[in-house]
Amino acid sequence: MNDISAPRRLAEVIEAASSVFRAQCYRLYEAPALGSLVTAGAPAVYGVVCRVSTEPLDPSRPVLARGESAQSEEQIYQDNPQIARLLTSRFEALIVGHQLETGISHHLPPLPPRVHSFVKECSPDEITDFSGGLDFIHLLVGAGPAASEEVVRACMSRLIEAHSDVPDFRVQIGKALAKELAGDVPQLTAILRGLAR
Amino acid sequence: MTNGPVTKGLDSDFSLPEEKPLGLVVGGSLSHGVEVRLDTGGRTSVEDLKAGSFVTIRGAKHRFFGVVTDLTLNSSDPRLKHQPPSVDDPFTAEVVSGSVAYGTASVLPHLTMPLVLDGSDKSSVAEAPVAAKTIPSHFSPAYPASKQDVEMVFGREDEQHFWVGTPLDMDAKVCLNLEELVKRSIGVFGKSGTGKTFLTRLLLVGILQGNQASSLIFDMHSEYGWGGQDTDRNTTVKGLKQLFPARVATFTLDEEQARRRGVSTDEVVRIGYGEIEPEDVQLLRETLNLSEVAADAAYNLQQKFGQRNWLASFLSLDGGTQLNELAGELGVNSAALGALHNRLRRIQRYRFLEERSQSGAADDVTEKIIQHLERGNHVVLEFGGYGNDLTAYILVSNLLSRRIHERYVALTDAAEGNRGKKPRPLVIVIEEAHKFLHPGVASQTIFGIIARELRKYSVTLMVIDQRPSAIDQEVMSQLGTRLVCLLDNDRDVEAALSGAPGSRQLKEVLSRLEPKQQALLFGHALPMPVVVHTRSYDEDFYAQIYQKPAVGDGHQAGEPPGETPRERLERQINELF
Ligand SMILES: Nc1ncnc2c1ncn2[C@@H]1O[C@H](COP(=O)(O)OP(=O)(O)O)[C@@H](O)[C@H]1O
Ligand SMILES: [Mg+2]
Repeated sequence: MNDISAPRRLAEVIEAASSVFRAQCYRLYEAPALGSLVTAGAPAVYGVVCRVSTEPLDPSRPVLARGESAQSEEQIYQDNPQIARLLTSRFEALIVGHQLETGISHHLPPLPPRVHSFVKECSPDEITDFSGGLDFIHLLVGAGPAASEEVVRACMSRLIEAHSDVPDFRVQIGKALAKELAGDVPQLTAILRGLAR
Repeated sequence: MTNGPVTKGLDSDFSLPEEKPLGLVVGGSLSHGVEVRLDTGGRTSVEDLKAGSFVTIRGAKHRFFGVVTDLTLNSSDPRLKHQPPSVDDPFTAEVVSGSVAYGTASVLPHLTMPLVLDGSDKSSVAEAPVAAKTIPSHFSPAYPASKQDVEMVFGREDEQHFWVGTPLDMDAKVCLNLEELVKRSIGVFGKSGTGKTFLTRLLLVGILQGNQASSLIFDMHSEYGWGGQDTDRNTTVKGLKQLFPARVATFTLDEEQARRRGVSTDEVVRIGYGEIEPEDVQLLRETLNLSEVAADAAYNLQQKFGQRNWLASFLSLDGGTQLNELAGELGVNSAALGALHNRLRRIQRYRFLEERSQSGAADDVTEKIIQHLERGNHVVLEFGGYGNDLTAYILVSNLLSRRIHERYVALTDAAEGNRGKKPRPLVIVIEEAHKFLHPGVASQTIFGIIARELRKYSVTLMVIDQRPSAIDQEVMSQLGTRLVCLLDNDRDVEAALSGAPGSRQLKEVLSRLEPKQQALLFGHALPMPVVVHTRSYDEDFYAQIYQKPAVGDGHQAGEPPGETPRERLERQINELF
């Protein structure tokens, strides 16, 4: 993959609502990973990637299977160069905070990001800055079905990785999750199992 | 809120130790106590706390002092019980414990104290703790009580505060307010071998040093006067007479045995036949196995022969025909009269009873006892060889107490009419108290009367018993201070705690006492109930009490109070052996 030490502009907002935005990637198959932290626009609105899809650009022209006689999957793309232009990768991100003049807020922004805002993947520094407090976990876990166990787990393990120099960060994350999921212990323990070393 | 800047701000506003709270108050009531949810950060585990430990809670307007009465395991999700998370994963276990699975401590707030404790004596004296009439508000933090808090609550040791033990898990002193202690009757309960006798010895030393009252001890097993046995360590311990030779008089029922033991006794107790009354026979019904009819016949005999002669005349009958004739004459059942005759003959073998001395042997003894008491001395009546004979114990204790009480009533009445001064308060100590105070007899006997009339006539009781459930409820309710060692019978536990505020919680605490040298203390002599490890009664103790002058004695520190040179010599000789 690309160098992740610098923020990478990789998509543009194509649809936005108060708690979620949708973006289209500039390059096919180069969507951010599930659970990763992204920003849209400036001042930045923070989102956690919760659904990635690759689909036909024109929904009225469904994709056809073409590889019956092809040697490999790669060959299909080589033999049909138009495919790459008929397909696109899109993703959705749950909004978990936004940049204020005074710092980062773990609340929804008053307005969602504008369409065509640039979407960038956060650098490790941005991740650690954003997750200095863990209140955004409340927004994330509270987002409903879109924030599946797997999205939460994936997001948390990225945070733990970014904070690998903080010895008990894993436990802090665990306690913060426990606060949100106090009434649903099976879900909590499923996530925790995924976060254990 | 996760990084909690709010609580940090609060901390700096108070000049309290920078201690981490145990947890926060999350619910509760005045009657049942408050629930403290143990720290959600998982720093405090339930296992760090014990029932009976002291806790302070910092409310918005008061600081509360309370005691842990129960510990509970809770969870935020009822499913946790049915699907416990896999705790072999240490991470899950660490996260889950203290968050979704957490401990709660039930804390009964007993007292309120000034909010700020600045450590200077001034403030702690000025605002003494008072009984709590409210509870801390939601989310008040709870802390383990400091030694300073405990001292503030249970008083420093001084002339009127006797150090009786230490709270569990804490190096602090629990003191009894001696003045309050002797104002009302006292109960010492616990099953056999739990330390009642040792605790009573401590109390008696305290009462002696406090100098508010005299005591008269009916010493069944000869444990309080000269010396006592430590059956566990197989040694002897010093009795009151050895510790305070000038302040204690020993009387004995069994001169011969005292001589054999090589202990000096001040007086020998004798009782004339003519001094035994039908009321005494009533009390002996159980130990002599007498029916009601048989015991009541004593009243008929008293009527016929007169108080001075009834027993001697009755016992001089041969039985058989003579008894039948007498039964017919008195109109009582002859079998019952026969039984009475037969049983009363058993007491004939008591060498302390004198048939001939019908002219007030017991009155003489009473007079001597009262003289000692009036001088501020304490009297121990040792039963010697009669120690295992309950009949003798009941008979003598009852008979003498009745006479002494009569005298106190007369003296008090005289004092009220400005003819003399009020007698010095007296504490009468009896063991196996339920034999005197069971519901069947408590309403009539002298001990029942003393217990009920409070200290109107300056006489109170110290009852020592292993079966408090057998004691009349009304008598129990008159006990001002109770000291309860382990009891394992539920009815005894209930009786021992009856009428105490928060008895439901105390029950929990009581059932968890160690089988020895621990006691739950509550009542007038303490600001709140407390479990203590009883102060050890040993060489260290003897040394400590000599350092503390008993009030009212002009003696020097380091020597037993009121000791004359001759007594000192005697004591030193005794200590050599
Ligand atoms: N305060 C104490 N100091 C020293 N030993 C004690 C104390 N309390 C209890 N013990 C120990 O416990 C044993 C039983 O105590 P005791 O007072 O004789 O019990 P009880 O009178 O209840 O039958 C004693 O022999 C002694 O070894
Ligand atoms: Mg005993």
